[in-house]
Amino acid sequence: MYSAKVLKHFYHPQNMGKLKNPDSQSKVGNPVCGDLMSVYLKIKKNKIADIKFETLGCPAAIATSSVMTAMAKGRTLQQAKKISFNMIAEKLGGLPKIKLHCSHLAVEALQKAIKNYEQPKK
Amino acid sequence: MAKKIIYLDNASTTAVDSAVFGAIKPYFTDKYGNPSNIYNLGQEAKKAVEKARKQTADFLNCRPEEIFFTSGATESNNLAIQGIVKKFKEQNPGQKPHIIASAIEHPSVLNICSALKRDGLAEITFLKVNQQGFVDSKDVNKYLRPSTILVSVIYANNEIGSIQPLKEISKIVSNNKKETGYPLFHTDAVQAINYLDCSVRHLGVDLLTFNAHKIYGPKGIGVLYIKQGTAIAPLVYGGGQEKDLRSGTENVAGIVGIGQAVAMIKNPSSCALKAEKLKSRLINKILKNIEEAKINSPQKNCLPNIASISFKRAEGESIVYALSEKGICVSTGSACASKTLKPSYVLTAIGLSPIAAHCSVRFSLGKYTSIKDIDYTVKVLAKEIKRLRGIAGK
Repeated sequence: MYSAKVLKHFYHPQNMGKLKNPDSQSKVGNPVCGDLMSVYLKIKKNKIADIKFETLGCPAAIATSSVMTAMAKGRTLQQAKKISFNMIAEKLGGLPKIKLHCSHLAVEALQKAIKNYEQPKK
Repeated sequence: MAKKIIYLDNASTTAVDSAVFGAIKPYFTDKYGNPSNIYNLGQEAKKAVEKARKQTADFLNCRPEEIFFTSGATESNNLAIQGIVKKFKEQNPGQKPHIIASAIEHPSVLNICSALKRDGLAEITFLKVNQQGFVDSKDVNKYLRPSTILVSVIYANNEIGSIQPLKEISKIVSNNKKETGYPLFHTDAVQAINYLDCSVRHLGVDLLTFNAHKIYGPKGIGVLYIKQGTAIAPLVYGGGQEKDLRSGTENVAGIVGIGQAVAMIKNPSSCALKAEKLKSRLINKILKNIEEAKINSPQKNCLPNIASISFKRAEGESIVYALSEKGICVSTGSACASKTLKPSYVLTAIGLSPIAAHCSVRFSLGKYTSIKDIDYTVKVLAKEIKRLRGIAGK
């Protein structure tokens, strides 16, 4: 079912874990199949200096989180906002149709974390 | 030769036993006759089919005339339920029959019933199960109506292993049986054949389904036991094989295979004992070595080879993949792994939250499972679950 790249990220995910004092974070869930994703950001000079994720989910959910963080790290917030689910799926060599929602979740987690930084709730 | 795998998914399918394979092989290239033909080659094939019928009848403690071969348990379930409804409607035009089934039947039974309801052909009552996965036989009594023609309850559930009170249900059905012969009692015994008493006399069933590929036989062959005198119509028309009830040139090799496979089940209770010991070892080692593991299968009245377990903060499909990379095969009730992205309806029926179903794994042992397999599996499982919990965080 999964491409070699998906399995590579599943067995060796990049950027997993927490950040000690993140500048922002987000937590999103997939009501469809119950995956949960948290993203932590460290921002310096408007760039994502560091990013980490925690995901409870299937190999696709873990792989999309991993790829998303790899793509976002070092980017400006403006650039990071442009990361789409298609880009993530492509980077993984494609995802089964039924698993595309995982790449949506990864994008949602990143966008929410950026939004929480730019518009922090008081 | 395939790399050795540790196969703990015997409830999905089993490897064909070498003795069964040996029995089947001649029927492809040497004894390839069509049983309907009158010359020797055909009659030889016919003889093989009738031998398998006798072997199956002996196993189920019934007459050979009551055994019908189909393409599998799904077809047998379709024939049982749809065939009974069809015959009822032929003999009672304008009447809508009622069927009682459990909420934890195999998808073939559930979907047949749902389709009959959707098409306005029958009314259906799905019996709830308790948190251990058991139907309350009193509910059968409660929901029986004058229009009930069939009660269908799975012998033992494939997901969690709960064994249903068939004898109690049979008494209730029998006490409510009218002169018409209705209601009838059917059971899907696919998971039970290896380990439980499947004598149709003891169970008191009118119909029973099972297949070959769960009992070390080939895929593509099933049996429907139909008590003599049961009112049932065919679904597949053609050359009139299986006494007009299931036309189509017989799958001789498959039939020989299922006959051989049941004949080799000499002592279900000793197989059960062996499986139970291994299952206990698996469960005890898991509970000892892995935190926050919960057993979903019932402690008593459970198939001796099936254990459904939930592991907090480790998703089921990920566990399956992680184990598969290490050569271990299991399955999961996680929504992520299902075609519909819904969690297992069986785990939901016993009250598990979506997240607990999400994190569930089913281990189903078989006759080739060893202590070494169990110990290695627990070792790998502990490591992989720790890794996945690390990815999931708190």
